[in-house]
Amino acid sequence: MIINVARKELKSVFASPMGWVILSLLMFAFGTYYLNGVNDYFAVMSGAMRPAERTGVTQFVAQTVYGLASFIMLFAVPLLSMRLISEERRSQTLPFLFSAPISLTEIVLGKFVGLVAFLSILIVFIALMLSTLNIWSDIDFGFIIANSIGLWLLVASFSALGLYFSSLTQQPVVAAILTFVALFALMILDRFFAGDPSNTLASLSLMRHFQSFSSGLIDSGDIAYFVLFITTFLTLTVRRLDADRLRG
Amino acid sequence: MNNFTVEAIELTRLYGGREAVSNVSFTLSKGEVLGFLGPNGAGKSTTMKMLTGNLAPSNGSVKICGIDMMENPKEAKALIGYLPEMRPLYKELTVDEYLTVAARLHRVSSSNIKKAVEIAKERCGLGHMSKRLIENLSNGYQQRVGIAQAIIHNPMVVILDEPTVGLDPIQIRDIRALIRELGSDYSVIISTHILPEVEMVCDRVQIIDKGKLVFNGAIDVLKKQRVGNKLLIGMHNPPSVDAMLKIAGITEAEALAGGLMRVRFAEDATPAEAIVQAAVKHNWGLHQIAPDQTSLEDVFMQLTYQEQSEF
Repeated sequence: MIINVARKELKSVFASPMGWVILSLLMFAFGTYYLNGVNDYFAVMSGAMRPAERTGVTQFVAQTVYGLASFIMLFAVPLLSMRLISEERRSQTLPFLFSAPISLTEIVLGKFVGLVAFLSILIVFIALMLSTLNIWSDIDFGFIIANSIGLWLLVASFSALGLYFSSLTQQPVVAAILTFVALFALMILDRFFAGDPSNTLASLSLMRHFQSFSSGLIDSGDIAYFVLFITTFLTLTVRRLDADRLRG
Repeated sequence: MNNFTVEAIELTRLYGGREAVSNVSFTLSKGEVLGFLGPNGAGKSTTMKMLTGNLAPSNGSVKICGIDMMENPKEAKALIGYLPEMRPLYKELTVDEYLTVAARLHRVSSSNIKKAVEIAKERCGLGHMSKRLIENLSNGYQQRVGIAQAIIHNPMVVILDEPTVGLDPIQIRDIRALIRELGSDYSVIISTHILPEVEMVCDRVQIIDKGKLVFNGAIDVLKKQRVGNKLLIGMHNPPSVDAMLKIAGITEAEALAGGLMRVRFAEDATPAEAIVQAAVKHNWGLHQIAPDQTSLEDVFMQLTYQEQSEF
């Protein structure tokens, strides 16, 4: 049933040009950065005399691409997630889902899975694009896998938060703005505590937990953080929709 | 085990302390069309939302074919097809795509989806619209898609909230015919405030006013109420009221403007012939005589008015 709701969401995304335009625009941006990364690699490395200054091509190129990706997703996810529930609220299509034999949890999970599946296309494409470096070089696949997992968890967290804000309002634009502001605050939170990295508030920052992935490290603590983050917001969304049924 | 398809037991719904629906109980058997009648804001839609599990009742319970909506919502919902007042259509999809989604979400097995979509389209006269975007369909066709969505999984109960609002007369006629047809296979509940519609398509009527059920019975009972023992007589030289009262069986007469006269007669009397004879004899210039029917609107007004006078 979750799959059926997710399929419906994917169908809606690809029924309008929106889905295709976003996919192509983002891939264009990532492709450009990839190309620039490869060009810069030679320029920088030919200037780096000492061995300590030299980094591998995987790390050099992938870091620019994944850095850009995490930044762009901050804008892209709110735009994609804003419609998920608020649009249904506005066009009064929620009863269609509510009167079907599916639970609220399945509806919310289905919508979440639908959006994450769409974004996963990008993540897979980025990984494939970076893997083409392997044709003329010997690259570090572990680094790409760690970054992909990190980026995937990051966009899944973005999506969960976006889904929750989308359930709060009837206006997709309001949902998008709220999501963006909340995500942005969570991203830069650790900057405020630069002098005191052990601060509890700083460890709430999404960016901080993404950092270990971007240096190629898969840390179970960070995975737990993202999983908890996602679970929290999905639960809140279910509760918000349940309040609709109870309070009307 | 009784064979009621819908059982509503003492349904009550509070909105901030105000009772939108209070203590509504009724049952529906297989193959019946139930008309839900009431003025705006009477609680029709609220009751329907509770029946379909879109709204939790503050009190009372709903059973669909014996399955409790609160305890087993999934099983109960699988037996219902619901078309809310605002059509829940995904306008960016085509008719086929939308109905496929509806079939999938209503647990139609994947091998039967194509067939179910075809059957639903055929029943609702949508065959030639398969590839059109719902957005581009006319109001009437969108309504048909809404109904198709509600019957795609062969539910036991079909609940349609104001299915003919905003349609042109021909479309209304088609939709009514469709509802009648559905009534032979499923239990149907429709809500409306158009009274003749109820008379045309329903077997049973429920009138709801201010959240309370004020009438619940077969449509024939309502019809009987409207045909009173009254005649409307038109004459060029109308006699006095007293002269009319002399005719056997007439208990009451009332002179109206334009030479018309309304007479009420006793339960078992048939005074029409006597009136015609008297008219010829006294040269009243009779040009019209017909039973005076109270319109359904009047009956409706009476029923809702009685309720008001209690306050």
